[in-house]
Amino acid sequence: MCIAVPGKVVEIDGNEATVEFEGVERTVRIDFLDDVEVGDYVLNHVGQAIQVLPEEEAEERLKLFREYLDSYEEAAEQK
Amino acid sequence: MDSKKELAKSFSNKIDDKCPKDGLKALHVCGTHEQSILKHGLRSIIPGRLELKMGPGCPVCVTPAKEIDEAIWLAENDVTIATFGDMLRVPGTDKSLFDARSKGHDVRMVYSIEEAIKISNEVDEVVFFGIGFETTAPSNAAAVLNGLPNNFSILTSHRLIPPAMEALLNIEGVDFDGFIAPGHVSTIIGTKSYNVFSQKYGMPVVVSGFEALDILYALLKLTEQVDANTSKVENAYERAVNEEGNPKALEMLDKVFKTIDADWRGIGTIPGSGLEIKDEYSRYDARVKYDIDIEDSRDIHPGCMCHLILTARGKPTDCSLFAKECTPQDPRGPCMVSREGECNIWYKYGGKDRESKD
Repeated sequence: MCIAVPGKVVEIDGNEATVEFEGVERTVRIDFLDDVEVGDYVLNHVGQAIQVLPEEEAEERLKLFREYLDSYEEAAEQK
Repeated sequence: MDSKKELAKSFSNKIDDKCPKDGLKALHVCGTHEQSILKHGLRSIIPGRLELKMGPGCPVCVTPAKEIDEAIWLAENDVTIATFGDMLRVPGTDKSLFDARSKGHDVRMVYSIEEAIKISNEVDEVVFFGIGFETTAPSNAAAVLNGLPNNFSILTSHRLIPPAMEALLNIEGVDFDGFIAPGHVSTIIGTKSYNVFSQKYGMPVVVSGFEALDILYALLKLTEQVDANTSKVENAYERAVNEEGNPKALEMLDKVFKTIDADWRGIGTIPGSGLEIKDEYSRYDARVKYDIDIEDSRDIHPGCMCHLILTARGKPTDCSLFAKECTPQDPRGPCMVSREGECNIWYKYGGKDRESKD
């Protein structure tokens, strides 16, 4: 029910945006977002964009996880 | 660059290293988390002494029979009902909206309130049966503030997550050491909404995203807190969640709704856990607009364990009806109906990954 799907804003018209989800375009309302721009990634739930997402590459996130895990190794070595 | 599999293994090892020897019970309150946990077999890669439980994280499941009976009454009295797909098959006291539709009443499935509003051009009267937690309720608030057609109203059935989390802390027999908080609810309400748990109850809270690695990352943070005997609110879903939440969505919620005590199926009344449309917008409130007249309702049917499953006091496999008399094709209780219900998810992803490894 609380599932939300990220998509890319391709057009804005007032309180509505056209958002692309893996090639499929849908109209989404943007009532809750102040500074959304074409090109932004937004998180969408039941026809509303609820948050602007940072343009984060999946690889970047894996790198962050690795850094977090490595910080454990370092802490363990210092014990 | 590590593969996801290698990272998952590393997370698993670190969790095993940090998890107290006498075990740890983590409780999440989100059907989408449970789906991801089973889909990726996460219980099979974390240590067996880390128990992952699900609480009342399925808005369809916790909607009381009384409110479904109200929607059915409206449908039977020539009002078009529009609602999300999962609501059609959830049993009310003795029937569902799907049963009403099969008898010729106008019950339609929609994906958003905007779709429901469009139906008002085709019919005399339409009621949107609006269920959902804090993620979903703002959409209905925005629709009200944007103005609705005269022949359109909302039968609200919204529930709030933090009061339910607090209620769990006060139910005898509910046993856990920390919360994994729902990521998309948190997008709206912010991490600050959970401070009460760390400050008043000494209960660690970690907000989690929905990918397998997101959940393992959150579990490691929670395990680390328990290991260090600390209780704070941590955000493990920073790309979508911040401390304050979404101020515009919260402002709209506050303009349109007032907080009320509300019934949760299988749990009972939880103070301050529901939303009702404020008087100034009561023309859009189906309960004000129509004189709904229903008999006494019944939430849990004989033999069904949904009330224990929704409060993390039982697992689907503890229920004698599970996968026998009760299946997604012929559900006996709400947890088997919704795609976010724990029984439905366990049925779908059956097998060895359902329960923690020994």
